[in-house]
Amino acid sequence: MSAILPPSERLWWKQPIDKIEWAWIAIAFVWGMVMFVMMIYWHINGKQNLSNEVYKTSPELFAAKAEKFIAENTVRTETDQQIPVVKVPAGGDGYLIARLWAWYPILELEKGKTYKIHLSSMDYNHGFSLQPVNINIQVIPGYEHVVKMTPTKEGTYAIVCNEFCGIGHHSMLGRIYVK
Amino acid sequence: MATTYRTCPISGLQFEDQAEKLMRWNAVAGVLALLAGGITALLVILTRWPAIKLLPADQFYLILTAHGVDMLILWIIFFEIAVLYFASSTLLRCRLAAPKVAWFAFWLMVVGSIMTNVAIFQGESTVMFTSYVPMQAKWHFYLGIILFAVGALIGCGIFFGTLVVARREKTYSGSIPLVTFGALTAAIIATFTILSGAGILVPTFLWAVGVIKEIDAQLYRMVWWGLGHSSQQINVSAHVSIWYLIAAVVFGAKPLSEKVSRFAFLLYILFLQLASAHHLLSDPGMSAEWKVLNTSYFMYFAVMASMIHGFTVPGAVEAAQRRKGYTNGLFEWLRKAPWGNPVFSGMFISLVSFGFLGGISGVVLGTEQINMLMHNTFYVPGHFHTTVVSGTTLAFMAVTYLLVPVLFKRQMILPKLCQIQPYLFGISMSVLGLVMMGAGTLGVSRRHWDMAFSGAPFQYEWPGAANLMMGLTGIFGVLAVTGGALWILLVVGSLLFGKKLDGGKVSDRPTPIPASTPAAAAVAHGSDHVAVPGTVVLALLLFVCFVLYYFVNWKYLSEVWLLS
Ligand code: HEM
Ligand SMILES: [Cu+2]
Ligand SMILES: [Cu+2]
Repeated sequence: MSAILPPSERLWWKQPIDKIEWAWIAIAFVWGMVMFVMMIYWHINGKQNLSNEVYKTSPELFAAKAEKFIAENTVRTETDQQIPVVKVPAGGDGYLIARLWAWYPILELEKGKTYKIHLSSMDYNHGFSLQPVNINIQVIPGYEHVVKMTPTKEGTYAIVCNEFCGIGHHSMLGRIYVK
Repeated sequence: MATTYRTCPISGLQFEDQAEKLMRWNAVAGVLALLAGGITALLVILTRWPAIKLLPADQFYLILTAHGVDMLILWIIFFEIAVLYFASSTLLRCRLAAPKVAWFAFWLMVVGSIMTNVAIFQGESTVMFTSYVPMQAKWHFYLGIILFAVGALIGCGIFFGTLVVARREKTYSGSIPLVTFGALTAAIIATFTILSGAGILVPTFLWAVGVIKEIDAQLYRMVWWGLGHSSQQINVSAHVSIWYLIAAVVFGAKPLSEKVSRFAFLLYILFLQLASAHHLLSDPGMSAEWKVLNTSYFMYFAVMASMIHGFTVPGAVEAAQRRKGYTNGLFEWLRKAPWGNPVFSGMFISLVSFGFLGGISGVVLGTEQINMLMHNTFYVPGHFHTTVVSGTTLAFMAVTYLLVPVLFKRQMILPKLCQIQPYLFGISMSVLGLVMMGAGTLGVSRRHWDMAFSGAPFQYEWPGAANLMMGLTGIFGVLAVTGGALWILLVVGSLLFGKKLDGGKVSDRPTPIPASTPAAAAVAHGSDHVAVPGTVVLALLLFVCFVLYYFVNWKYLSEVWLLS
């Protein structure tokens, strides 16, 4: 019962390691290296990497920028709440506000065009969860995250909030149109 | 302080009086927390089951906060303190250092547990166990956790002190046993963990009472996960130690190589701390370099350590069985294992579920870019229910079948049900984890009350398969709760009504562990080499699953919108 007794061989660190154990350690090590290289490889050659462009901001600053963007680019409003649908200029900047409990405004994008979408929260943490694509990004108050996105398919997409943000969390559903 | 030592006639283990009482009380407190966690689990699962949707939204989030706290913090850590005392005082056959302080620590943990639960159930602290700022709980939510953590930290101190006592009083010779070494790993990581916890929860508490004005939301997440992630490493060290313990007790198995197993524990200490990064992979505030470094350099060495244990534990069992003559074919040793003994079956299911489900899903989830496919989805709780539940919790349940007769001097009641319990809990929990991961792969959110988004300005229809997965989550969740409830009934029932067993001889001085004679050591070493082909096959199977699943996820990732 030696796992619960002091090692019977006092100089246990001088015992040779069995070949098969070495082989398994080597496999585990090499596999770790492969996984390490894979992440770097994807940064170089992959097409889905989370942007590193981030600025410190405040809710007021971010809201002001977003309001300006909405005022300049709104094409129509939708639903009883008159939520603006804002066409993001191709290759340009779009702003998406996360707040209790809405994603604001509705964005309209074109397939194959690349956009810089600025994300920030006005209050708590929120979770940007684009469905049914299933891309998930944490949205944190005080940080403006500029994510470059290129939609690959037309359709109507939902933005679910997947970070708990209080009692209305489940009703925090946003929308993106891709034409 | 005068104390006595009891030598258990069943196991030959020697219990010091104070340590024994502390182990019992800590274990019982843990079981009570598990009971609270189990009741909340049932309410959570019945609410997330779309066909039932039991609770209203506010109660659901409150209950989910309680579930996370009672399970992950209270149940697991109370039990771990008992394990630490066992691995030091009992295995080294010495008195516990400073028992009065240990009792103080215990009561501090009890007071903290009650305080936090009171805060949660009063209703204004529904912030989940992660309590991300700026969402704010009442002050006693944080204070309770702080008191609990201080108690746990003192418990670790008692453990270190006991190792010193044993060394000074020469109750053993040579090196500490492997299981104690594993517990030492756990305690060292726990110390780091609790200090990071203090680093974030103390300011948060001050913020809740109005002394501090603001806490940066990203900084909070980073320091909090220094606590949250490393504490999972405590759990892994603890349950791996228990795997070795059970292999030793049930089979008389000895580690294939002390050096390899200890080295693997050491890797946990060296490399897991900053893997907290893998909770922040989809966060804005950290650079890609930081994320890649912390998830690979720091995490993959720990993954390597787990892969090593995943090989050496079954390897030790196989070697022991082959020595007993079960040498036919690749798997006679496994077929002829005592599958009717819940200590073994629980341990083995824990090992398989942790390795194949928890381990693989965790590494995939912790890959920088792939994380975007799963962050905050139901995949995440799916993953950790196959690590900390069908892994750690099941290992703790299994070792309890061993400890009730030995530590509480009671025979387990209803042995037939004891036999079934690990299968019921382990298998349903593993399937639960799988279907939760399935739902998460389809996008379903964690911590989310309503898949129909009532009150939202728009509609979104989840794919049919997602609803199916959530229905299965409900069914297997209820089965898992049944398995957990059965364990509590069996344990509590045995403590109250089990046949009383003879406690064994009591003496007022410890009997040291006999030093292994050179002859015995030579025997153990010389004739010892046994090949373990069955374990090699199992390990390769694990590896193949791992590689396939890993690359399948890169394939999924390559199909989503382009991001840069
Ligand atoms: C007994 C059966 C159990 C069932 C059926 C169960 C079920 C669940 C479910 C469905 C969730 C996800 C809820 C959501 O995100 O909407 C959850 C969350 C969680 N569970 Fe369990 N669980 C069980 C046992 C345990 C145990 C034993 C532990 C810990 C040792 C545990 C720890 C947690 C934690 C930490 C969370 C996350 C809470 C949060 O998101 O804040 N669970 N559980
Ligand atoms: Cu939200
Ligand atoms: Cu939310």
